[in-house]
Amino acid sequence: MSLESILSKFTKAETNLLEILLQYQETKTDHAITEAEVGQIAAYLGVTETKVASVISFYTLLSMKPKGRYVIQVCKNIPCFVNEQTAITRTLEKILGIHAGETTANNLFTLEYTSCLGCCDNAPAMRIDGKIYANLTPDKVKAIISEYRGRSS
Amino acid sequence: MIEMRLVSKRCGIINPLSIDDYQKADGYETFRKALARDKIKLIEEIEKSALRGRGGAGFPVHLKIMGLAKETGPVKYVICNADEGEPGNFKDRYLMENDPHAIIEGMLITAYMASATKGFIYIRGEYNHAYNTLEWAIAEARRLKLLGDAILDTEFSFDIELRSGGGSYVCGEEFALIESIEGKPGRTRVKPPFPTQKGLYGLPTLINNVETFATIPLIIKMGGKAYARIGTKSSTGTKLISLSGNVNEKGVFEIPFGVTIRQVIEELGHGVANGRKLKMVQLGGACGPIIPEYMLDMMIDFERFEEFESKTGAGAIIVIDDRFDIFDILMNVVGFFEHESCGKCTPCREGHQQLRIILQKFIDKTAGVKDLVSLESLARVMHQTSLCGLGQTSPTAIISTLRYFRDDYIDRMDSLIL
Ligand SMILES: Cc1cc2nc3c(=O)[nH]c(=O)nc-3n(C[C@H](O)[C@H](O)[C@H](O)COP(=O)(O)O)c2cc1C
Ligand code: SF4
Ligand code: FES
Repeated sequence: MSLESILSKFTKAETNLLEILLQYQETKTDHAITEAEVGQIAAYLGVTETKVASVISFYTLLSMKPKGRYVIQVCKNIPCFVNEQTAITRTLEKILGIHAGETTANNLFTLEYTSCLGCCDNAPAMRIDGKIYANLTPDKVKAIISEYRGRSS
Repeated sequence: MIEMRLVSKRCGIINPLSIDDYQKADGYETFRKALARDKIKLIEEIEKSALRGRGGAGFPVHLKIMGLAKETGPVKYVICNADEGEPGNFKDRYLMENDPHAIIEGMLITAYMASATKGFIYIRGEYNHAYNTLEWAIAEARRLKLLGDAILDTEFSFDIELRSGGGSYVCGEEFALIESIEGKPGRTRVKPPFPTQKGLYGLPTLINNVETFATIPLIIKMGGKAYARIGTKSSTGTKLISLSGNVNEKGVFEIPFGVTIRQVIEELGHGVANGRKLKMVQLGGACGPIIPEYMLDMMIDFERFEEFESKTGAGAIIVIDDRFDIFDILMNVVGFFEHESCGKCTPCREGHQQLRIILQKFIDKTAGVKDLVSLESLARVMHQTSLCGLGQTSPTAIISTLRYFRDDYIDRMDSLIL
């Protein structure tokens, strides 16, 4: 969906800013909002670009830095941490060849940490583009990643 | 059996996407009857029930509803706090995904009691499934004229809008949440005025937790007095517990207040996983105290939890076995809060970094007596001078381990350093 059509769903009220950003970013394959788009949103709502950028930088789920096609978020809070989460992170780092905060050279995956995903009863857990994967083991992780690799080829 | 499923009685039994299923299980019946009752009498039922907020702080619910009811003015808001960002808590997600209409019904009854006009449910951005479930449930409720203008052809109008969070823990704090709904970065405001006086868009606003709202129809249905007979004197009713960590059976369990932590771990959790020994338990989530094995006979009760001065009351129990050392856990907890601090006030913005530096010395066995003293005083200062609950409760894990695991600190000190 284009930015124009998302904007047209909202009134020109500043209070819609977060909702617009979340909905629009959802449509983007690089999970990021560009400077030009910040300008367009600011103009629509009649606020400064700084204001829009400050909201983006405050919220973890929003970004101006382009990411890979699939964003992998590994939970590292205590209930996952005590359930072998570090082995999951190590496996991901190894098979993707990147560390948390980085994107693979082919732009396919970005690896990140996230706060608790609310599925601590099925720890350890991760989220890929909104989909939750829980009760992870290193083998499961390998299978999930090859499945995503297969999807894009 | 120590479980007592009242609030969660329909979870896993009815189809959460079917409003018919909910109505067949007596759903919306309490609300329909409430519409014919006196508002003040209904609030008195909540008062008799002695219900306290289920989001952690345990504030008496009737006081907030009464506060909102007393405000005049044409627009008043009711907000359901579904931000559930505290690590180790997943009971709100469980309710939203399994019985969404109970939350809507609780919001409807509350709005009717306090003559509120508009509702919001603020759901954390990571909870896609809960969001979709509630979105569907709201549409179904509108279809049956249970939400919208002139509800069930009465003079009462109320609708609910869903809002998604942006991945920020501090947005669960009520004023940060209000700022976030207003589209801004979630930084708290100075209190007073309280939200019931000047909340969303400067108008009277009531904020309660998901579980709190889901409990309201139950209380109105069974009567406040009967509800108050469940649980303990200072904590009436039941509580949803999110049990996680190194236990055999993890999950959400509902128990009457007064059950002990040991009972939950042993009877519901079937003990520590893989036959290991329990080293510690963190209560409430990252902001909660860490206690040793000998304290497990403690009752789950607000009064008992108050001595820890944290939001322990949200009901998370995180079991940690003896493979872990307290510093592994503390570093993880401090890292979490360092990331989530909104940066508005100095003790919290800078404190977590300092805490991490001192803890690292204990990990490296280069800490001296001076470091133990600084850790203790820094944790106290943050607790006492931070602007919002995040910085006030984040040092709880450190303060509690300094008390209950002091030997673990001493073991990590270098005796040659002062
Ligand atoms: C940093 C911080 C995070 C919070 N997160 C939540 C949350 O996710 N859910 C919640 O219900 N309350 C949360 N609270 C508590 C709310 O500020 C508020 O007390 C609660 O929503 C009131 O509802 P209750 O009385 O029904 O518990 C948080 C508080 C703080 C300080
Ligand atoms: S205590 Fe932390 S989160 Fe709360 S206002 Fe201060 S800096 Fe922000
Ligand atoms: S701690 Fe990982 S899902 Fe809760």
